[in-house]
Amino acid sequence: MNFDNIRGDFPILNQKVHGKRLAYLDNAATSQKPNSVIEAESEYYQKYNSNIHRSIHHLSEIATEKYEHTRKLVAEFINAYHPSEVIFTKNATEGINLLATILKSKLHKGDEILLTQMEHHSNIVPWQMIAQEKGLAIKYLPVTKDGTLDLSRDTLASLVSGKTKIFSLTHISNVLGTINNVKEVIKAVKELNGNIIIVVDGAQYAPHFKVDVKSTGADFYIFTAHKMLGPTGVGILWGKRNLLSELPPYLGGGEMIQEVYWDRFVPHQLPHKYEAGTPNIAGVITFAESIKYLIEIGFEKIRNHEVRLLTKAYTELSKIEGLTIYGPQETNLRSGVISFNLGEIHAHDVASVLDTEGVAIRSGHHCAEPLVNRVLNCTAVARASFYFYNTEEDIDQLVKGVNKAKEIFSLR
Amino acid sequence: MTDQLYSQVILDHYRHPYHYGRIKNNDKQKQGFNPICGDKVLLSVKFKNDLIDDIKFQSEGCAISTAAASILLQEVKLKPISFAKSMSQEYLLNKLGIKLSPLRTKCALLVYYTLQTLLDN
Repeated sequence: MNFDNIRGDFPILNQKVHGKRLAYLDNAATSQKPNSVIEAESEYYQKYNSNIHRSIHHLSEIATEKYEHTRKLVAEFINAYHPSEVIFTKNATEGINLLATILKSKLHKGDEILLTQMEHHSNIVPWQMIAQEKGLAIKYLPVTKDGTLDLSRDTLASLVSGKTKIFSLTHISNVLGTINNVKEVIKAVKELNGNIIIVVDGAQYAPHFKVDVKSTGADFYIFTAHKMLGPTGVGILWGKRNLLSELPPYLGGGEMIQEVYWDRFVPHQLPHKYEAGTPNIAGVITFAESIKYLIEIGFEKIRNHEVRLLTKAYTELSKIEGLTIYGPQETNLRSGVISFNLGEIHAHDVASVLDTEGVAIRSGHHCAEPLVNRVLNCTAVARASFYFYNTEEDIDQLVKGVNKAKEIFSLR
Repeated sequence: MTDQLYSQVILDHYRHPYHYGRIKNNDKQKQGFNPICGDKVLLSVKFKNDLIDDIKFQSEGCAISTAAASILLQEVKLKPISFAKSMSQEYLLNKLGIKLSPLRTKCALLVYYTLQTLLDN
C-alpha cells in the first residue's frame, strides 16, 4: 500500500491551519478518522438508529447485530478466548476505574498495588482512590535513565512480595514512547508472586501493534477506540472470563441485570453485566470500520512506516543544538513518540510557534505529572507523535517549526 | 492588538521580567497552579496601609504567563489594594496587546487569579 495515498482517506488532513499545510503530529492524544469510519457513524443515524438488546423491531435487530458484531471483531482482533470477555466502556480511563472498583472486593488493608513510574494519571489515580479507601499501599517500578523500566533482580525483589495483589502497567509510555516488553515484565513479577492480578494499559499500544491478550500473560487489557481511527466515547476492557464472572458488577441499571425484585437483583451474564445503560451504540458500531481499516493495512506495514518517520525525526531533531529528547534512543524500544524540550524555552511556547506553522503537537505534562516532574525533572515537555498517515513532509515541517521557535526566542 | 503571539513586548518581559523574585519578610504569599500545563507562579506581597507596597513573583511557566506576571505586577505595585481587586481580566489582557486563544488565555490569567485569591483571603 502506498502511504502517500492514505492521506486522501482522511479528509481532515486536507486543510490549512493558519494558512499552512496541516501536519498533525498529536496522534498519541487522538487519531484522525478515515472516510469509512465517518460514513459508518452517519449511516447508523440515517438508517438504523435504535436501542439495542431491548426491542424486537427491525431497526433494533440490525443495531444489536452490528453492535455485537463489533464485539466479535474486537475479540478476534486481540486474540481473546471469547467475545463475552470484551466489555465496552466509554474510554480507557473508565476501564481502569471499573477494574479498580470491582477488584476492591479482593483487597484488604495492608495489601499492595504495584504500578510503574511511567503510568498515565488514568493508571495511577483510580488505584490511589481505592488505596485511600481500603488502606492499601502503592509502589512504583522505577524508570531508568534510558527511559526503560528497571527490572533488576534487586529492584523487583524490593517491590514485589506476598502482599502485592495487583500489578498494573502501560504497554507503551505516552511520554517516553518506551515499548515495554510486558510479557517479560509480567513473567519476572510472577516469578516472585504467581498470584498477582495483572492489568495492562494498552491505550498507546493497540493503535500501532497487534495485540495478543493470550500471549501477554495479562488478566486484563485496556485500550480505547479514538486513538486507533475510531470515534471518541468507546473504550475496550478485556478480562479473563473466570475473573470477570466472580467479580461484582460495576454500574447498576438496565441491561446489566437478569432479574430484579423489590429487595435484590441477579446480575446478567458477561459481558452485559458490565454494560449498564444505553452504551455508545453508534460509536461501537463505527469502531468495526476502524478495525477493518487497520487490518487491511496491516500492523507490520504500519510499524515499518512509523519507524521510518521516527528515525528521520529523531535524527533531524537531534542535530538541533540545545534540544533534549527524552526516552530510549534505540528505535526498537520506542514507538512513534518523541518528547523533547528546547533549551529553557517552555514547551507551550514551542507548541504555539509550531501551531503557527501548521504543526499540531502536544505540550505539558501529558497526564503523567509525576514522571515529567520527578523523573525527567521538568514542568512540561513538547511531544510529537506519529501515525501511519504522517509523511516525511510532516517531519520537515516539524523541524522547520522547531528552528523557528529557536529563532524567536533567540536561543543561544 | 497584534496577530503575532510573540510580540517584542512579550519577549522583552519574558527575557527580563519586572519584579521577579520573592519577598522574604512578606505579609502574604500565594502559589498559583495551572493543572492543564503544570505552570506555577508564586506571589509574595508587602502591604503598607491600603497600598501594595511591594510585590514579586517567581514562576515556572511559558513566555505568556511570565510576561503577564511581569506586566500585572508593574500595574499594581504601589497602587491601592482596591485598584488591584477591581482590575478586570480584560484590562490585563489588553495590556498584553496580543490575541490569545482560549487555552493560552489561561496561561496569561494564572497570575491574575493568583493575585485575586491572595487579596481575597
